[in-house]
Amino acid sequence: MSQEVKKEKKFTMTLPADELMACGHLACQGCGATLAMRYMLKALGKKTALCIPACCWAVIDGPYPYSSMDVPVYHCAFETAASTATGVKAGLEMTGDTETTVVAWAGDGGTFDIGIQALSGAAERNEDIIYVCYDNEAYMNTGIQRSSATPYGAWTTTTPVKHFKTRPKKDIVAIMAAHRIPYIATASISHPEDFFKKMKKAKDIKGTRFFHVYAPCPTGWKSRPEDTIKLARMAVQNGYFPLLEIENGEKTTLNLKLKERKPVDDYMRLQGRFRHLGPDEIAAVQAEVDARWERLIKGCAA
Amino acid sequence: MKKVIMGNHALSYGAMLSRSQVISAYPITPQTQVVELLSEMCADGKLDAQFIKVESEHSAMASCIGASVAGARTFTATSSQGLALMHEMLHWAGGGRHPVVMGNINRSMAPGWSIWADQNDSLSQRDTGWMQFYCSSNQEVVDTVIQAFKVAEALMIPAMVILDAFALSHTYEVVDVPDQALVDRYLPPFKPAIKLTTDDPRAFGGLTGAEHYMELRYRLEKDMEKAPALIEETGREYGKLFGRDLGLVDPYLCDDAEFIFVTSGTAGYTARVAVDELRKSGVKAGNLRIKVFRPFPFDRVREVLGRVKKAAVVDRNCSYGAGGIFYQEVKSASYGRPGMPPLFGYIAGLGGRDITTDSFKEVAAHALSKDRPDEEIVWIGVKK
Amino acid sequence: MRPKKAKKIVFKSAEEMPLMICSVGHQTHNLTGAWRNIRPEIDLGKCIKCGICWKFCPEPSIEVVDEWPVVDYDYCKGCGICAEECPAKCIVMVEERR
Repeated sequence: MSQEVKKEKKFTMTLPADELMACGHLACQGCGATLAMRYMLKALGKKTALCIPACCWAVIDGPYPYSSMDVPVYHCAFETAASTATGVKAGLEMTGDTETTVVAWAGDGGTFDIGIQALSGAAERNEDIIYVCYDNEAYMNTGIQRSSATPYGAWTTTTPVKHFKTRPKKDIVAIMAAHRIPYIATASISHPEDFFKKMKKAKDIKGTRFFHVYAPCPTGWKSRPEDTIKLARMAVQNGYFPLLEIENGEKTTLNLKLKERKPVDDYMRLQGRFRHLGPDEIAAVQAEVDARWERLIKGCAA
Repeated sequence: MKKVIMGNHALSYGAMLSRSQVISAYPITPQTQVVELLSEMCADGKLDAQFIKVESEHSAMASCIGASVAGARTFTATSSQGLALMHEMLHWAGGGRHPVVMGNINRSMAPGWSIWADQNDSLSQRDTGWMQFYCSSNQEVVDTVIQAFKVAEALMIPAMVILDAFALSHTYEVVDVPDQALVDRYLPPFKPAIKLTTDDPRAFGGLTGAEHYMELRYRLEKDMEKAPALIEETGREYGKLFGRDLGLVDPYLCDDAEFIFVTSGTAGYTARVAVDELRKSGVKAGNLRIKVFRPFPFDRVREVLGRVKKAAVVDRNCSYGAGGIFYQEVKSASYGRPGMPPLFGYIAGLGGRDITTDSFKEVAAHALSKDRPDEEIVWIGVKK
Repeated sequence: MRPKKAKKIVFKSAEEMPLMICSVGHQTHNLTGAWRNIRPEIDLGKCIKCGICWKFCPEPSIEVVDEWPVVDYDYCKGCGICAEECPAKCIVMVEERR
């Protein structure tokens, strides 16, 4: 392409330019969780209030008396993302603000484990909140301990190599679907336009909306910081992390149909946390991903 | 308007008249009637509030805190195991400066399961930065809830209004239910200076280093120290509007007493009957009922102690390893001050065992027979 | 958006702090550019203006100025995502000079 033609080419922005999150925050280099927040805020805009329990984002935002966000944040107790958000929404409504979108923004620990009671309670009552779980597959903020979101085979500080995690990852999407909430979506930071579109759609739905967002963590996964997007993309392309939506707990729509799935081994090989696994274990992972994918296809609407 | 209502319903009326905006509660015996009546009041349109039927007490307090920081007036009620489950969040409401008002029914802590009265549940929470009001009549309950909102919101410190399981929660008494218009005059709407709003986006409760944390807690303590005077001032104001003053302590015949009981809760009224009987038999007895336990009313307690020759503190609780909690705190209030009398400590009524006038007579007989206490705890009514 | 390079907050007394435990300042006071060991350099001659580097920056410390991507070196942590994702391969990570 000649220089003249290039200069006439417009800068392509597939997402709005406005940033509601500023630099100076304390995330590690290459942090997936920051991108998840960045994309969500682009979709939801300024009339958004966040409830953030103990998790990496409790620290990323910046210490007292600072904040990196252009939206209000209530830092809350570990297990209370959903219950705090429930209260914030009720309080805002009772004081005349029915517009602000209230978001519970929690990691996998605060969602799958200690926070699951409050989440289940809020979902059962169909509280009018958006719950976003950014999943880096372990308790990263406290130094990489296993959570029920940690996948089979992974090293963490509490599942050392000689005792790596043998239990499978808890299926949070199935659990949320069982609550029959109006809207569930999965998203990956490698597919921001898909995440943005679904978040925009969720914004206009009343009731409990749940997002499971894949957010690789170089620090905890022992991967290169520059590979964060690549890993998120590979997880989608090998079927480990499907992009889908579920409406009312019943209708599942697969957003990205994969004609061929890439092997999980390529994805796992880029992460130090799987380095100790032998061919048998990798084969087991591949078999499980294959089986899950087949079940998903069968259960989907067109 | 006079009504015959149970203690639990007195809490509900207090919350309704105070125009609570968000109520978030979980049922537990013997609190259930509080929330049942509040649900009805909301359904009937008598109370314009959102009632969140949460799935546990921990979530009840977390959601009250969320609603409070968003600017709403919040109320909840619980007891015993439920209060204990909220413990983490009580620290959060206290330290976070969220003026939630909560009714707590004093019920024994398990195991074994007990639904009857004692004070260990609320006293175990005395370090969390909450004001604690111990009531002895249903009238006092309604009045105190309304006053608690006023003081809590002025100081941005949460408050719990406490009543004995069954002895008060389920006892029907005549209550003069305050008039809504007068309550509105006494208690203005909640308008916090800083709240969670998109108009002024801030981060609340972020990572706080050693260079900041202590000043924040220093301010909490300083504001808590303003509470005794504010409780008395708002108590007098309440008296002017409604005819009933609300204070920190309730002395009965203490002016010329030589020997007093120091009591709280329903036992605080039973003690008066014992005082009357002791007086008939020639003992110049009196009763100091401590109503506000946090902030501890040091000055008022010392004033009364300084005039008597002996005091017997009766605790319906026990801090295992250190004895009755009111006893410990009354002792510490008297420490180092001139003219303080010898203090005797008694534990009675755990697990709902009745505290009767006979219990008080036993206390008096024991205390009057000795110059100084020779034990940290004297157990009343226990088969040893 | 938060102002860049905000001032550091120093409270001289407890009374200066707000009653609620809440922020009064912006985290942009923290110049995270000091963290990096390698820095991205964009060859605008090869740049195809696809927007991908801007899109995937976690800080975000790549801005669009007159339609070209510009790295804000005050904040760039040197993670290398931009170089890795650039389809035109016009971003190179070079060792930070100090």
